[in-house]
Amino acid sequence: MAVKNKADVIIVGAGIIGCAVAYYLTKKGKSVIVLEASDNIGNGGSSRNGGGVRQSGRDPRELPLAMYGIEKLWPGLSDELGVDCEYHKEGNLRLGKTEKHLEILQGLTERAKACGLDVRMIDAKEVKQINPHLSDEVIGASWCPTDGHANPMVTTLAFYRKARMQGARFITGEPVKRLRKVKGRLREVLTESGDVYEGDFVLVAAGYASRKILGTVGVDVPMHVELMECLVTEAEPPMFNQMLGTAEADFYGHQSDHGSFVFGGSSGLELNNKDEGAKNSPGNAAITAPCICRGIMKYFPELADAKIVRTWAGYIDICQDGVPVLGFVDDIPGLVVACAFSGHGFGIAPAVGEQLAMLITEGKTSVDISGLRYGRFQAKI
Amino acid sequence: MNQIVDRSRDIGEFVPQPDDDMLVCRCEEVTKGEIRKAVHDGMWTITEIRRYLRTGMGLCQGQTCARLVKGIVARELGISPAQLEPATARSPMRPIEMKVLGKEEVSDTWQ
Repeated sequence: MAVKNKADVIIVGAGIIGCAVAYYLTKKGKSVIVLEASDNIGNGGSSRNGGGVRQSGRDPRELPLAMYGIEKLWPGLSDELGVDCEYHKEGNLRLGKTEKHLEILQGLTERAKACGLDVRMIDAKEVKQINPHLSDEVIGASWCPTDGHANPMVTTLAFYRKARMQGARFITGEPVKRLRKVKGRLREVLTESGDVYEGDFVLVAAGYASRKILGTVGVDVPMHVELMECLVTEAEPPMFNQMLGTAEADFYGHQSDHGSFVFGGSSGLELNNKDEGAKNSPGNAAITAPCICRGIMKYFPELADAKIVRTWAGYIDICQDGVPVLGFVDDIPGLVVACAFSGHGFGIAPAVGEQLAMLITEGKTSVDISGLRYGRFQAKI
Repeated sequence: MNQIVDRSRDIGEFVPQPDDDMLVCRCEEVTKGEIRKAVHDGMWTITEIRRYLRTGMGLCQGQTCARLVKGIVARELGISPAQLEPATARSPMRPIEMKVLGKEEVSDTWQ
């Protein structure tokens, strides 16, 4: 055992969750060490998502976090972190082209309304008023005016930058091998290189890799990975600032401040295709970007001439029941878990970061996250 | 490369240089000074610099500036450029219209 490093909190994973918790903890004067397996900060889902900052379409168990973040944290985030995170709170359109689509949207809308969210169904005319670029195939949409989007890569690095300025120690290229309890409390993190890190609390926020790491202390989060892919166009003149999705989930995305469109989607064959991707950087399947293009052109005919400059892929850590696992774990004092975000991690990251920092320092959260605890999983009989 | 790097290592203060306003990434209009400052903000890999500043993310996808950026970052960190991994190359090789990329090849005789 070569080096022994101590801090109040050891964080496993320098994605947006790890970076945000590190930021809010160091702001409260706590010492923090963040361990990252890859060479790059934010190399997983944090840099590989559509940038949505949404409440509509979210499960009631995570909706309080989403609403809290949008009300309290996102509006002032760029000023607070000293970096423009390109946050836009200009609404989310979830589009429908068929009666069946409208039924799906109606269901999502009713559930979100019941949780107190300002979201409603709108007809084709109103959709066109909000976004005149949409094709006539669109017959309706759900509209949530307080949803939006931001730049995921910059936001992640902005949390990292500020946390580092506040004294958080980030170590990259340091994959974690296992966790170890000392006298019944989780205290130690052992790495592949033989280093040992020790803290009063250990937060595991390592995406899908969390599963293997947590397994070393008998915690098994029921999740799997799914490949998602995105394409990026060259800079286009500003067209619209809403976040977009569709009832059928053919694609989702937005136009960035830079002018390029970032659209994500899938081919529908991801669960069973052969491509597991390169190390640290999952690969694109040849059939997916063309499929996303066809989806987009049905909704935005005028984008047919927009040039694709780049495509990329990422993994989503999908939980058994579609919502994250957050908070303390019964029977393992000292352990805090934040994983299985199921594709919803980016938008709620500031709220998760702030609330978990509070949980660690005060033992409680101000937003109800009880429905997201690890203890919720039970065998069916 | 998976080398252990402690991001708290002292690389010294940012010292302004006379050619800091020189454009390095022409597509995205990023200057040498902005790249050097980003290194002092903690962006120590080519991938992080790209995500933070957009260098090499424009029309040419870094085919012009990649080597220059690498040299600037390496010098700022006091390491050899060979120690810096290049950013992942992304398809397509050249910008391609959505209507072209989205068109599946279908032979007329099959229709």
